[in-house]
Amino acid sequence: MNSGDTAFVLISAGLVMFMTPGLALFYGGMVRAKNVLGTVMQSMFALGLVSVLWVLIGYSLAFGPDKGHLIGGLDYLGFAGVGQEPNADLAPTIPHLAYAAFQLMFAVITPALITGAFAERMKFSGYVAFTSLWLLLIYAPLAHWVWAPGGWIRELGALDFAGGTVVHMNSGVAALAAALVIGKRKGFGTQAFVPHNLPLTILGAGILWFGWFGFNAGSALAANGLAASAFIATNTAAASGAVGWALYDALSRRKSTTLGVASGAVAGLVAITPAAGFVGPMASVAIGLAAGLVCAFAVGLKFRLGYDDALDVVGVHLVGGMLGALLIGVFGNAAFNPAGGDGLLAGGGLALLGKQAVAAAATLVFSFVGSFVLLKLVQATVGLRVTAEEEATGLDLAQHAEAGYAFSEGAGGLAPHAGHGAPAAAPAPGPPVRVPQGDSA
Amino acid sequence: MKLVVAIVKPFKLDEVKEALEGVGIQGMSVSEVRGFGRQRGHTEVYRGAEYQVEFLPKTRIEIVVDDDQADDVVKAIVAGARTGSIGDGKVWVVPVEQVVRIRTGEMGVDAL
Repeated sequence: MNSGDTAFVLISAGLVMFMTPGLALFYGGMVRAKNVLGTVMQSMFALGLVSVLWVLIGYSLAFGPDKGHLIGGLDYLGFAGVGQEPNADLAPTIPHLAYAAFQLMFAVITPALITGAFAERMKFSGYVAFTSLWLLLIYAPLAHWVWAPGGWIRELGALDFAGGTVVHMNSGVAALAAALVIGKRKGFGTQAFVPHNLPLTILGAGILWFGWFGFNAGSALAANGLAASAFIATNTAAASGAVGWALYDALSRRKSTTLGVASGAVAGLVAITPAAGFVGPMASVAIGLAAGLVCAFAVGLKFRLGYDDALDVVGVHLVGGMLGALLIGVFGNAAFNPAGGDGLLAGGGLALLGKQAVAAAATLVFSFVGSFVLLKLVQATVGLRVTAEEEATGLDLAQHAEAGYAFSEGAGGLAPHAGHGAPAAAPAPGPPVRVPQGDSA
Repeated sequence: MKLVVAIVKPFKLDEVKEALEGVGIQGMSVSEVRGFGRQRGHTEVYRGAEYQVEFLPKTRIEIVVDDDQADDVVKAIVAGARTGSIGDGKVWVVPVEQVVRIRTGEMGVDAL
């Protein structure tokens, strides 16, 4: 056990946790004002829902002792046997609990990423059902394949440092399935869906960028040189992605946009995620720049192909994640990490690229088909989509009985509490309303 | 009595207010509105998707004045709000039947 490594991984887990509220703001600013809370909720609630499911069963399915190279056993249900001592197979220098906590934060943000695709029209109950099923039946197995000892993609020798396949391609292709199954928002392609608060989105992107240091550098699972290398790769790619998207905007529209810079930074971060521990700083510039340019183009495809991926999860996470996963096969260099491999430019030939392509293809097929089936299942039972009237009203009021922004003091009084026996028609004097006054006694 | 209504560019509000004070106007109501005339709207771009935004932010000013002040007030608003470019707005004058000062109950011109 190494105290430096333990401290670093625990802090990194905290950084990754902070990405999910960051994502909430990133997405929340991009929707219309009437849907801001519904959108924020789909990220924030994942922190609650997934954290519980992860302790109960998710971690065991992903990282329990291998069963047939496909799934983890049930040994770690309820974190049984996940203790303060290291697990030599998973992370030999930190407590097993620290590793499980770090992995938990990845499991939280991944389904939250998908929510951008079905933003502004998903039922909260449908989101809860889908997220629960998806975590256990899609995320956990894929995390096992790629990261757990015995997982078939890991044994194949394909590389994924921090989640290009497990997190980004996985959520991105599930997002495509979700956009197809739930259908377009009313007015898609004809009506203007203008982001209601871009400063919120920019702040969210900044929090994501900050948290991503934990995501990528933390994936070294040690406070060492590899972590520092991944840290620089992460920042460099985020920066290059922002520059790349701004360049694309400037060349195609003559004006660089703040949403473009925020999106480009995220695209660069997505693309470097699988590669951060396997490439050097110059490759990070290339990967980030490529992500900024390619993703800026890719987000326009939804209008041509006709799927309503509301907040561009496909264009940024699927395309960016795939780009990064494949570019490891080009830029990978074992000089930066002996556990990595040499790509095309480091003289490794096409072998690594081939393995990366197999891992990418397996992720795409498994996650798309599995997510599609789960979405259809939820659609047929709980239901996925709000009614047309609720969609027009907005998710905040229709799904959560709240308003994101109260611009006036409003009118009306306290509604009678049905639960307290007050008849709805004639409001009787109910229990006194306790308004917090800041007094402690 | 007349009600003078003006729709002006929001950034010209201060100049209009100063011009109105210059002709002795002591009160006015201002609201933020959206609209378009011949100026039409502008284009906004979000992740490459272009949207035509037709309704632009404008400021609506309302002042009730005695009949003989109306022309001066209109001139002051026009002088304060004009930039010479498209979208400067409009001013119109309509008759007012009655005005009551709520605090005192005064009516008509006394209430102005």
